[in-house]
Amino acid sequence: MKVSIEVNGRPVAEEVPDRTLLVYFLRDDAGLTGTNIGCDTTSCGACTVLLDGEAVKSCTVLAAQADGHAVTTVEGLSESDGSLHPVQRAFREQHGLQCGFCTPGMIMASVSLLADNPKPSRDEVRAGLEGNLCRCTGYHNIVSAVIDASGQEVDR
Amino acid sequence: MSIVGTRVVRQEDQNLITAGGTYVDDLREEALSGAAHAVFVRSPVAHARIESIDVSEAKAAPGVLGVFTAADLGLAPHDAGPVKEPWLADGVVRYVGEPVALVLTEERYQLADAAELVDIDYDPLDAVASIDAALADETLLYPETGGNVMQVNGTKEFDDEIFADCDVVVSTTIVNQRVAPAPLEVRGGSCVWGEDGRLTFWLSTQNAQIARMQLAMSLGVGEEKVRVIAPDVGGGFGAKIGADPEATVLGWAAKEIGRAVRWIESRSENLTSMTHGRAQQNTVTVGGKRDGTVLAYRLDVIQDAGAYPRTLFLPTLTELMAVGVYRFPKVETRSRAVVTNTTPIAAYRGAGRPEATAALERAMDRFAGELGLDPAEVRRVNFIRPEEFPYQTPTGASYDTGEYAAALDKALEAAGYAELRAEQKRRREAGDPIELGLGIAAYVEITGGDSGGESGRVDLHPDGSVVAWTGSSPHGQGLGTSLAMLLSDQLGVPMEKITVRHGDTDEVPKAIGTFGSRSLQLGGSAIRQAADEVIAQARELAAELLEAAPDDLELDAERGVWQVRGAPSSTVLSWAQVAERASDGKLTADVWFGGGKPTFPFGAHLAVVEVDTETGKVELRRIVAVDDAGPIVNPLTFRGQRHGGLGQGAAQALMEVVTYDEDGNPTTATLADYSFITAVELPDFELVDMATPTDRNLLGVKGIGEAATIGSTPAVHNAVVDALAERGVKHLDMPTTPIRVWAALEAASKENQR
Repeated sequence: MKVSIEVNGRPVAEEVPDRTLLVYFLRDDAGLTGTNIGCDTTSCGACTVLLDGEAVKSCTVLAAQADGHAVTTVEGLSESDGSLHPVQRAFREQHGLQCGFCTPGMIMASVSLLADNPKPSRDEVRAGLEGNLCRCTGYHNIVSAVIDASGQEVDR
Repeated sequence: MSIVGTRVVRQEDQNLITAGGTYVDDLREEALSGAAHAVFVRSPVAHARIESIDVSEAKAAPGVLGVFTAADLGLAPHDAGPVKEPWLADGVVRYVGEPVALVLTEERYQLADAAELVDIDYDPLDAVASIDAALADETLLYPETGGNVMQVNGTKEFDDEIFADCDVVVSTTIVNQRVAPAPLEVRGGSCVWGEDGRLTFWLSTQNAQIARMQLAMSLGVGEEKVRVIAPDVGGGFGAKIGADPEATVLGWAAKEIGRAVRWIESRSENLTSMTHGRAQQNTVTVGGKRDGTVLAYRLDVIQDAGAYPRTLFLPTLTELMAVGVYRFPKVETRSRAVVTNTTPIAAYRGAGRPEATAALERAMDRFAGELGLDPAEVRRVNFIRPEEFPYQTPTGASYDTGEYAAALDKALEAAGYAELRAEQKRRREAGDPIELGLGIAAYVEITGGDSGGESGRVDLHPDGSVVAWTGSSPHGQGLGTSLAMLLSDQLGVPMEKITVRHGDTDEVPKAIGTFGSRSLQLGGSAIRQAADEVIAQARELAAELLEAAPDDLELDAERGVWQVRGAPSSTVLSWAQVAERASDGKLTADVWFGGGKPTFPFGAHLAVVEVDTETGKVELRRIVAVDDAGPIVNPLTFRGQRHGGLGQGAAQALMEVVTYDEDGNPTTATLADYSFITAVELPDFELVDMATPTDRNLLGVKGIGEAATIGSTPAVHNAVVDALAERGVKHLDMPTTPIRVWAALEAASKENQR
């Protein structure tokens, strides 16, 4: 079937098998490999993207379901002049990533979290990111990054 | 102003946060265009004879380019300890997840459909699904060996005489449960044979050079015919050391079909087919005097090696580190490794040392409990004292430096230990159903324990830029930034002019790579040594330019200029000016640092848990960690390594476990079933710094990659038992899940009523 999705502001229209998952559409058809796949049970959140501004796990959305909608991936976050999105900047500043594999999903989930709750507490960040797994950081610095991105002081 | 020791954000991050990095499945290289997609057909049974395999229907499926089994390969099997492991199962399958066939298709979506059509007839055999079943020797995985024990080491006959003078002797059997390394990026690889007869293999690995050696050997070609490239690697934790058997099959298949091949496993495959870690059962006996002095210690290790005993150094390393931070007069250790019909066991963050520490620190708490003494006090009495270093342990380790009592004191002070004990008492007196538990673990571990060397190369170009190549290929540790910081300080070249490269065997032909927390102490020392050589070369050239004796010149590392010693106002030369004079267009040194010896980082952790005695639920409230790995290069990444270690270590104590049913079927084979720890189960970490240098490498540093994993598991475990101690619980095995806590309380309650 023909699927048209606005990906990071750019229309992408491709003929794809009906069963194509959004994450494969992004990686193989839109050519954006920033969105990673970490599991096959919707458990890890590495593939999190924004669908019309809401965080979704793109391994559990059919490309067909996103037809006619707008998707934002990690590649679409920074400004056209290359300046970083506040969440990207905070992840780097707070060492919120190590191997980086969970990072695109973690960043997109954090963007969505902050849109819903602009000044979260550390516990609220932890609860908000429960669906995103990280093996490297022990989550401490990821929490700090979200706090930093929200404009609050990181005190630990 | 030295940059080493200051907090520096990582050079590695830019691409990861804007483009999501370039992991092996992200590669869109020209050489891989039109690559066949690959999937392995894996055994669904734990132990069976393969009666027949019919691939005809699969071969006829849409898009199929090839279906291959052991009969097609013609490759000699590789050694797994004393037995042989085939590349694809040959006649017998020995664990669920063992690769049996390879299917190649044009499109990714065709893989699963075609794999379904491979018709394999299994004749089931009895499964050996536990250590006890293995030791019973009723069913043998390798009948030709006569038993399931694959390795025996240490004391032949235990002698109870060693406990003869003890007032109190406590013995406990502790299961150090099997866990899944589960890096967020699963295993994957892509490969293609060039027209020149060379294989290029992009592989998610911690050690490109070891992988190249393994691939060359298994495929029967010279190492010069294989190039391995590790792109961005999404975590390894010991489970991506070198190349797994699948890589050899892919390399063979790419030649067979004359096309590039790309493979990425699924997470559910990963949880049964990537090696697991830990999987020991340890019986630990400690005896001593009523004042807490330990007189004798015994550790009896049984390692479940899984179906193919690939990594038999684990139980002997556990023996080596058996006595930890303590001075025990009499020590006995023994280890046995058995095979079971389960996923093979290999290194996982700590690899043999966490098991030693977990057994020892549980034993020390049991001993203290039996004596009615504070566990901190019993540890203090037995610590190896600072003036005793270097210290030879009875098990054969040579500890370099340690301040074990100071580390514990710092942890207790930072935590407010006395107040926490008072709070615990208050709750107990008030009959609070939410018990407070405090757990201590003092640890020492061994890093760079392989005693191998590492390569380092430094080029300084006429534009003043520096390119360095390290053999220690990192995958998230931030080593590149740390090495750039070291070079910046040593040479006086700004960070932005330094590039660190790694992971391509054509660029770095000789190396060992990353495991055992070796990278900074060995890879860092190699870079230091290479830079020393560059400085020596520059001194000669600068002497010619300044018409001075080489010995009269000095490098001003603040400004990055060469000048005559004692005459800073005289003419100075920039690095660029010196490099311009170099005979081959740059200053360059390519070295092998082979002089490093193992080092022994140490620390003390204190965990605070709350246990709801009505539901069994454990909440980890605090973890205070003192981790001493010598001088700190980059506090940002040093702390990051500790955070990650604390998270994984706590995860083992609290929730993570790989389980099998009695027929050897995995029951935690997806991330929906495996209790991978999340942000909500962990607290903010409280880190206390301490830095005791070593003299065993050029930088004075020890490794920090695994240390915090080693301390945190027993700290959290001890805290849970401590919470339940007043209610009569003396031990429960990890993970301390609600059902286990509840069952332990029930059992203790029944015991109390008798």
